Amino acid sequence: MSTGAGAATLLEVSGISVSFDGFKAINNLSFSIGRAELRAVIGPNGAGKTTFMDIVTGKTRPDEGSVLWGPMSTNLLKRNEAQIARAGIGRKFQKPTVFEDQSVTDNLMMALKAHRAPWRVLFWRAGARDAARVREVAEQVGLAEQLPRKAGELSHGQKQWLEIGMLLAQEPQLLLVDEPAAGMTLAEREQTTALLVALARDHAVVVVEHDMEFVRRLDCKVTVLHEGSVLAEGSLDHVTADKRVIEVYLGR
Amino acid sequence: MKPGFLSKNPSVLWFLAILACFTLVITLLSHAYGPGVISTSMVKTLGKTLCLCLIAIAMDLVWGYTGILSLGHFAFFGLGGYMIGMWLMYERTRDIVLASAGDFPMTQQEVRDAIGTQIFGVVGGSDLPAIWTFAGSLPMQLLFVVLVPGLLALIFGWLAFRSRVTGVYLSILTQAMTLALSLYLFQNESGLRGNNGLSGLQNIPGLAADQDHSSVWFLWASAFALALGYVLSAAIVSGKFGSVIRGIRDDEARVRFLGYPVEGYKLFVFTLTAVIAAIAGALYYPQAGIINPGEMAPIASIYLAVWVAIGGRGRLYGAVMGAFFVSIVSSWFTGGRVPDLPLGFYTVKWVDWWQVLLGLSFVLVTLLAPKGLSGLVDLLAHIRSPRRGGTPMGPDQGSLQQEEARE
Ligand SMILES: Nc1ncnc2c1ncn2[C@@H]1O[C@H](COP(=O)(O)OP(=O)(O)O)[C@@H](O)[C@H]1O
Ligand SMILES: [Mg+2]
Repeated sequence: MSTGAGAATLLEVSGISVSFDGFKAINNLSFSIGRAELRAVIGPNGAGKTTFMDIVTGKTRPDEGSVLWGPMSTNLLKRNEAQIARAGIGRKFQKPTVFEDQSVTDNLMMALKAHRAPWRVLFWRAGARDAARVREVAEQVGLAEQLPRKAGELSHGQKQWLEIGMLLAQEPQLLLVDEPAAGMTLAEREQTTALLVALARDHAVVVVEHDMEFVRRLDCKVTVLHEGSVLAEGSLDHVTADKRVIEVYLGR
Repeated sequence: MKPGFLSKNPSVLWFLAILACFTLVITLLSHAYGPGVISTSMVKTLGKTLCLCLIAIAMDLVWGYTGILSLGHFAFFGLGGYMIGMWLMYERTRDIVLASAGDFPMTQQEVRDAIGTQIFGVVGGSDLPAIWTFAGSLPMQLLFVVLVPGLLALIFGWLAFRSRVTGVYLSILTQAMTLALSLYLFQNESGLRGNNGLSGLQNIPGLAADQDHSSVWFLWASAFALALGYVLSAAIVSGKFGSVIRGIRDDEARVRFLGYPVEGYKLFVFTLTAVIAAIAGALYYPQAGIINPGEMAPIASIYLAVWVAIGGRGRLYGAVMGAFFVSIVSSWFTGGRVPDLPLGFYTVKWVDWWQVLLGLSFVLVTLLAPKGLSGLVDLLAHIRSPRRGGTPMGPDQGSLQQEEARE
């Protein structure tokens, strides 16, 4: 059961499984998140966290199970990556992926919520509103000074921020954030948690993270994945007290 | 186009100015409008070269900007040539038929039959095939210049991109397309005179002017088309559309996750560039005078990629520089005007060895000067590039390499 404001379910994943060459990466996994909810997903390396996000965003097709979205319970499995993104699911990748050959401004402009069809984009010109929005997002992620620079010249941490900025610019309803804190300084991590917590006030946010301190600061419901299925779910204290969790994850 | 487009793209102004000067100088030195320092055949060569620059721009759009290494764009170029060639040949033959009939009255059908015999006698036929139905109409054939290659590109692209064929496999597919098309046209049954192709295209029906004049006019037309193609392409790549296609080149999966229908963009660029290539071809072959299926041989499209690589991909002026430089040097070498190089034990005949030289320079450019000839512009403009680790700019095969992307 999700809590408080997030009572209405936004994403409902049930009973999905996927195997790669006989190896079951996801095994009968179910997961749901509300409209305004923050959720941390933890689990050892290879637990299937990234694969789970691949399935939700349409990159990987599950062998079985269903992924339903929104108040109309739209079947996402029938949609491709771009359609899913347009439906309102944004994603930040584990390895920062920005367009290195292009400026920070261009990266953010491309992500900015707007029409996506070729014909519309061809005749689209950035107005004052768009420029202001890009600047606003850049300030939010601390890249206001870097706007004209090529993304490829940024440091690893700055690329992480840029990708988070692109995620914000997309204005999705659900944000899937894969290991955002990697390569960030302690201060930056704190800034990231603050940002994610603030976002979760009116968005659904799923954060995959290894760092326990980071997860503690998020102060939210935690889902523990292990060998492709949910091992435990609840508050951080609840799951860290769980014997099986200690055994497979924390005990090592 | 909004004001500010030119100020944001100074290279467009430079390009137009240089192109205008070039055209003016050639005109003033031609037989028709000047002392004749430049021969009419040279004017034709230069006019054709401008058409090759135009198709190079198309290639840069599809490969340099979108990352689709199409090795089939000369098929569209050739098709454009065939479409205009049909009208040129039909109308000219009609003039000849009517002239030889003198005052003797002929019915419509008799004229058509006579034209059929004239054009297809060489391949042992006399009937005009169905595809020549509109050959007597210039507007229709002009429409076909755009429509036929455009539709072919649309259908081919739709099939290929829909099933997400990328990289080397897509290149092979485009090669197969050109090969199939040229083999088809080699057959007499194709209705386009098999390996004879279409000829006599340099004579423009209804135009009283001599070759000295018409060659200069075609030079102007080619220059105008090139200018238009350049401005159009610059406008496309300078906006958000350009941003998206460059994103597709470097990391198309990422672009999908931003919600852009990548296949739609690829199809758009592929088809648009096919049309540009076709228009270039329609201007080229009247200057060449003859077109045959050999022009669409797979190797031609590979050369196109070499020109763009030598010029420097991902920059429109780079493509133009590559096409211009390589084809001018190539026609110099293969024209037999370069003295043989006697090495004592062996005499290097450039007509034979030119291709080796071209291949070698392609390898050298790729290894030593990834930005190609357009890198010279950077040198002149004193543009220094930031140093970064030497990695590709994205995970996709077509992505710019770090060295290429420097500014
Ligand atoms: N495309 C793939 N092909 C084969 N195996 C894969 C593929 N994607 C993921 N896997 C495997 O599935 C398991 C789960 O991977 P992943 O979701 O990346 O784990 P996590 O993100 O939790 O570390 C790993 O064992 C990984 O090797
Ligand atoms: Mg992972």
